[in-house]
Amino acid sequence: MIPRDTASDRQVTEPDPPISIPQTRIINEERERPQQRGHGVSVKALNAYYGDNRTIKNISIEFPASEVTAIIGPSGSGKSTVIRCINRMHEEIPRARADGRVELDGTDVYDSRVDVTHVRRLIGMVFQKPNPFPTMSIFDNVASGLKLTGMRKRGLRDRVNQALRSVGLWDEVHDRLGTPGVALSGGQQQRLCIARTIAVEPEVILMDEPCSALDPVATLRIEELIGELKERYTIVIVTHNMQQAARVADTTAFMLDGELIEHGPTAQIFTKPRDERTERYVTGKFG
Amino acid sequence: MSVTAQPASRGPLFAGHSKLSDRIGEPLLRVLTGLAALAGVGVLVWIAYTVFNQASPAISRFGFGFLGTSAWDPVHLRFGAVDFIFGTLESSVLALLISAPMSVAIAVFLTELAPRVARRPTQILVELLAAIPSVILGLWGIIVLGPFLNNTLEPALNGAFGWIPLFSGSASPYGMLSAAIILTIMTVPIVSSITREIFDTTPSEFKEGAYALGATRWEMVRMVVIPYAGPGIVGAVILGLGRALGEAIAVTQVIGNTAGIHASLFPPSGTLAAQIASEYQGATSNLQVASLVYLAAILLVITVIANAAARLIVSRVTAGREQWAP
Repeated sequence: MIPRDTASDRQVTEPDPPISIPQTRIINEERERPQQRGHGVSVKALNAYYGDNRTIKNISIEFPASEVTAIIGPSGSGKSTVIRCINRMHEEIPRARADGRVELDGTDVYDSRVDVTHVRRLIGMVFQKPNPFPTMSIFDNVASGLKLTGMRKRGLRDRVNQALRSVGLWDEVHDRLGTPGVALSGGQQQRLCIARTIAVEPEVILMDEPCSALDPVATLRIEELIGELKERYTIVIVTHNMQQAARVADTTAFMLDGELIEHGPTAQIFTKPRDERTERYVTGKFG
Repeated sequence: MSVTAQPASRGPLFAGHSKLSDRIGEPLLRVLTGLAALAGVGVLVWIAYTVFNQASPAISRFGFGFLGTSAWDPVHLRFGAVDFIFGTLESSVLALLISAPMSVAIAVFLTELAPRVARRPTQILVELLAAIPSVILGLWGIIVLGPFLNNTLEPALNGAFGWIPLFSGSASPYGMLSAAIILTIMTVPIVSSITREIFDTTPSEFKEGAYALGATRWEMVRMVVIPYAGPGIVGAVILGLGRALGEAIAVTQVIGNTAGIHASLFPPSGTLAAQIASEYQGATSNLQVASLVYLAAILLVITVIANAAARLIVSRVTAGREQWAP
């Protein structure tokens, strides 16, 4: 249950907060933090709705650059909805909408002048079930996002190969790039999807329970990959697996019924949570 | 399975089987349903037999040479099918060349682009086109389409593309182009509704995958929806082709019903189905009747081949899809 990286930059610069104040309050106060590599995401007063049903209730949270943030919580607590609001995938669902601010490098992605396709190129997403495009080869799957940016030929090949190397697939598939992506194993498919996401060089990668359809070995492989990727990307991972959160995340946020209950260093969330509900959840008393 | 084969021990487990209604009902059901199925198959075989049997005078007289002979002369009893085979294939293929892209466009609009409230009504209206009796469509072809082609569209096509043989020659209210347009109208509802249904089955995880990469709506359709549906669209088009190949009444009304193969789309022509429909009642000799039935036999073979091709493609698609199924 001890995360690999407990001492992030953030914790060094931050004085110990008074015990009585929940971490979420502090984050609401928009403190100054030294700029890190890449871009963090800051969510401010986010509400999300399905029709008239408000499922995300006034959430504010910071996802620091080049860190892994895990969002945990019981089913239906709104974990996935929150990250789908970050890259504006939430609005693809009929009658779904969101309000509030989601800032990437200081720009609100919901600003009317912002192009939604641009948002999604900068904020990539990996889904619960591996979803390589069924009619495309391994190569074309990784190239698909790049082709949308107009990239062709030589540059394309280099970027695809590089993305496959980054996810550790190159050695496994370099001699059969023309075969269908769906012919790979589940874990390979998910790494293919991660390669597809990082090929377009986003700033942020959102992962929606990326290992829930995978076996333990494939899961471990993805978790190792997450550790490597955080050097270059800001990662937000939704997981129902608390051990996974403990293994990969620098900070962990706990959600319940559409509200953010607590967000803090992963070790603290799992060992000394401030909120009683968090404690009950992480100790397995409900959820 | 059989109710008569009762085991020797009659414990409470077997009590239900001895009911009189079950002992009569189940065999009766089997007989009735079997007869119904047999009737369907029987009629099919009977029709095929009749067609080939009635055509036998012409088959023995002309042999397979009939298929390659260009002639239709009831006075001198010289008959051949090639003009009508060509006319059937040309009008149908032309119709599908127009209706396939149109149907895909309609399906994309209805599944991805139209406002949600407009989808269902538009879909119903498009499919209602299929409910128009073909004779009424043919009347519309005579009254509206024919004069429009003769006075406006064909002169315009001739003026702009007259150097292409397809658009050469003088305009005519009855002809291949008119038939092809009528057949387009008849096949669009079929092809578009099947295509729409296939589009609707595209798993949302693939669509989301495309959107998450920054695809626009059209890019998503091009990356995911159309490739996924591709083989199914081919199947839909071939089903539409089957409809177009066999259409008699509406084509008879607008095509002009003459033998002859023309490079141009404008002059009157004929198809297998239209020729049968227009001449059978007025046939003056047994050989002419037999030749018309011979045309019917050819049409039957062509439509069976088209149908089998559609089935083959659809089954290949479903077999290929299993590995992607969630």
